[in-house]
Amino acid sequence: MSMKHRPNSIEEYLEAIYKLSEGKRDIKTTELAEFMGIKPSSVTEMLKKLAELGYVEYLPYKGVRLTGKGERLGRRITRRHRLYEIFLWKILGKKPDDVHEEACKAEHGVSDETDILLCRFLGAPSRCPHGSIVPACDLKVSTCEDCETVGTNMVKRDDEVRPIAWLNEGSSGVIKFIRGDSRVLRRLIDLGLTPGTRIHILRKAPLNGPVEILVRGSRLALGSDIAANIFVSDV
Amino acid sequence: MIHRHIAHTQIQRSKGGILIALAGNANVGKSVIFNYLTGSHQVIGNWPGKTVELAIGRLKYRDKEITIVDLPGIYSLTTYSQEEAVTREFITEMKPDIVINVVDATVLERNLYFTIQLLEMGAPIIICLNQMDVAEKQGLDIDVDKISSILGVPVIPTVAIKGIGLDKLMETAINYRHRHAKPPTYSEDIERIIKILVSKINKSKLDTSYPPRFIAIKMLEGDPYIMDVVAREDPDLIEHVKLLAMELEEKYGEPLYSVIASQRYRIIAKIINEAVRRRAVKADILYYIDRITTHKVFGILISTGVLITLLLWTFYIGDFLSTILEDLVSVIAPVEPDITGSLIDTMINGAIGGIVAGITLVIPYVIPFYLFLAVMEDSGIMTRIAFMIDTFMHKLGLHGKAVIPIILGYGCNVPAIFSTRILETRRERVIASLAITLVPCSARTVVILGLAAAFLGIEAALSLYAINIAIVVAVGYLVSRIYPGETPGLIMEIHQLRIPSPRVVFRQTLHRTLSIIYLVFPIYIIGSASVQALYKLGVLEPINTALSPITSNLLGLPPATGTLFIFGFIRKELILLLLPQVLGTFNIPLVLTATQIFTIALVSMLYIPCVSTVAALSKEFGWRDTIIISIVNILVAITAGSIIYHMLTLL
Ligand SMILES: Nc1nc2c(ncn2[C@@H]2O[C@H](COP(=O)(O)OP(=O)(O)OP(=O)(O)O)[C@@H](O)[C@H]2O)c(=O)[nH]1
Ligand SMILES: [Mg+2]
Ligand SMILES: [Zn+2]
Repeated sequence: MSMKHRPNSIEEYLEAIYKLSEGKRDIKTTELAEFMGIKPSSVTEMLKKLAELGYVEYLPYKGVRLTGKGERLGRRITRRHRLYEIFLWKILGKKPDDVHEEACKAEHGVSDETDILLCRFLGAPSRCPHGSIVPACDLKVSTCEDCETVGTNMVKRDDEVRPIAWLNEGSSGVIKFIRGDSRVLRRLIDLGLTPGTRIHILRKAPLNGPVEILVRGSRLALGSDIAANIFVSDV
Repeated sequence: MIHRHIAHTQIQRSKGGILIALAGNANVGKSVIFNYLTGSHQVIGNWPGKTVELAIGRLKYRDKEITIVDLPGIYSLTTYSQEEAVTREFITEMKPDIVINVVDATVLERNLYFTIQLLEMGAPIIICLNQMDVAEKQGLDIDVDKISSILGVPVIPTVAIKGIGLDKLMETAINYRHRHAKPPTYSEDIERIIKILVSKINKSKLDTSYPPRFIAIKMLEGDPYIMDVVAREDPDLIEHVKLLAMELEEKYGEPLYSVIASQRYRIIAKIINEAVRRRAVKADILYYIDRITTHKVFGILISTGVLITLLLWTFYIGDFLSTILEDLVSVIAPVEPDITGSLIDTMINGAIGGIVAGITLVIPYVIPFYLFLAVMEDSGIMTRIAFMIDTFMHKLGLHGKAVIPIILGYGCNVPAIFSTRILETRRERVIASLAITLVPCSARTVVILGLAAAFLGIEAALSLYAINIAIVVAVGYLVSRIYPGETPGLIMEIHQLRIPSPRVVFRQTLHRTLSIIYLVFPIYIIGSASVQALYKLGVLEPINTALSPITSNLLGLPPATGTLFIFGFIRKELILLLLPQVLGTFNIPLVLTATQIFTIALVSMLYIPCVSTVAALSKEFGWRDTIIISIVNILVAITAGSIIYHMLTLL
């Protein structure tokens, strides 16, 4: 993680907290400091500022948690970062090891519209070259087909969504968006995963393996690539 | 494309006879019902996708000639998979007098989704509400009459595994022939559009065997087959549909197929709400077993444990039974192959050897394996293993479900290759089939045990298995890098674990063993007799000489073994069976070194798919891929064999 170029930037902090909070809610200050390579004392100071601005809830000794507003911004930056990495890797042919730094810089200077166009151009990819999941976009769409048929200035989603791959065993959420290929989408929909349906996470296999879910009274195993593409809210 | 599937199956309705189809989701119990009614032997097990082709059976019921067809399990009637196409085509082309829609009472919601589509297709249906015993245990109170009155079709509760309700099912099926219920309706805006389309379809010269309402709905859902037909015969209609669909998609902000699916599920939710009550029940032992089999740590241990137990069990039980049988048979068996007498005597001597081998080899190893396999299949552990192993299988370009056909391959490669149809892409199916051909089936197990275990000890046999797994993994890994394409993600239904039904397990084991015995005994007897005769006539020498660059130079074997590998192509056990004959003695360690015995076993395990497997491969994938797979087998065998031979000689 190289954040040296702008160590205090709000965006960098929110991105870092967002990345750390895949799969859990509360992030410890020390954890964040270590992840960003910054002294814990300066991190604490910045977190207080972020709390004042309404991006995080800061709980002394327990750590920090993103608010809705903070999660939204953190997600956008993280998403842009990963899309750029994919662009540099897949399209320009750079090595996965060489894409992080540049993506770090690009992520702060690009418009939302460009993000959407980049995502379409790359074919709505699921994972960055390092295997992390690309978060969902802001558009109020339930499939990528919707995005293709309408322009870029669409209605924004009003709730935050996360891929079910990040949910813990025992939690649940309501399907808002399924990314990717329409063949897979149709299979999922036939099996009852229509937008608005609640799904429960029953089991996660080890080593980034499949997720077992309960949907409409039936149990389904979904591979990690598919679990990375099903986004739910209300986590 | 569509008409191909049924053309080659001969489904004949006898005069005045009745044609019944069994249709429904995967793993609901269709084949249990089919077997019960017709006395057939369709594969039964607790994992989805066992029946991959139409199965046809006949029975007489109250003086009526009845033909029943068991269809593959599917979830939708949109032609995205071959199984869906088969079912849809069967129903429209063959026009069964009644479709029995088999439904799993424990996953009613998803099952009724298919029911609604059957109704839309205009098929005459009755519902068989199966697995009522499991539903009862899970605390589901289902108001059967309510479902029946809402959908307007008879609903018969059954416990197929015990035959409960099946008589009533048949009676109802016969009484309700040709009665079509009305499909449920969608929201007003969609119905309005369906109506417009139906009147257009009625006016157009569109020639399909589907009802207009079904065509209208499928066009809105973007069904590829229907769209194709319409585009050819009435292109204006397509434009019209696109316009109408766009209007609705804008309104809902979702693709129309998703809107339609949601509405179907809404209709079903209403039915469930009115007809199903859930009582709280205590979790039973199966629940805990289920949790453990997919546990992060124990799950992996259990999965590997089960697979290792399967192999060890076959080994030890087989070895034990084999010794007993050998003692019994040795009373009548000839001690040595004998080619000194007349040609007839020689052949009789060989034929007896074949019979003895059949008894002492096939029965002891095949029965325990199939017994264990049937237990595994019917318990539902297969899907748990697939779940746990998914990440690993991705390294081989496959997903977790591919482990199921591969396990079946340890029994017999042929059905295993057909069951690769549970995989989504041709690429996966070819890679899985290649893996299957390398896996030692029961025939090769017999060779491994009869040679390695018998003469070198059980450790040698086990190390052959270990080498085999390493080879399968390495080949899978390499081939998945070379073969272009992506591996689709895993989507697999998980069904409740069950205590395997003794009846199912027993019948399945018996049937599989018998079909091997029918196949194997004639081959053994004829093969053994003819080799002995050919030997006496001196015909085999040229073959052995031709193959000797491979057999003697690369593998360090006596040239006489060339004959073995030629005959082994017919049936792998022939290698073991004919070995004493080509060597002229049963006392094999006298003429072969330990290294040579090990090498023969290793090469036999890998060197080529047998005739039946080649036939299965070419049926599924055509000759090109079959030849490629066979060549890979040969190369792998020669490479592995010569490496092992040279390594062991150096030691
Ligand atoms: N307890 C119980 N188990 C049943 C009943 N009917 C079927 N089974 C079990 O359900 C599983 C599936 O049965 P099959 O007949 O193979 O299912 P199928 O519908 O033919 O499945 P596919 O061919 O895969 O589509 C097996 O393990 C059966 O033993 C029932 O009424 N009660
Ligand atoms: Mg079946
Ligand atoms: Zn990355």
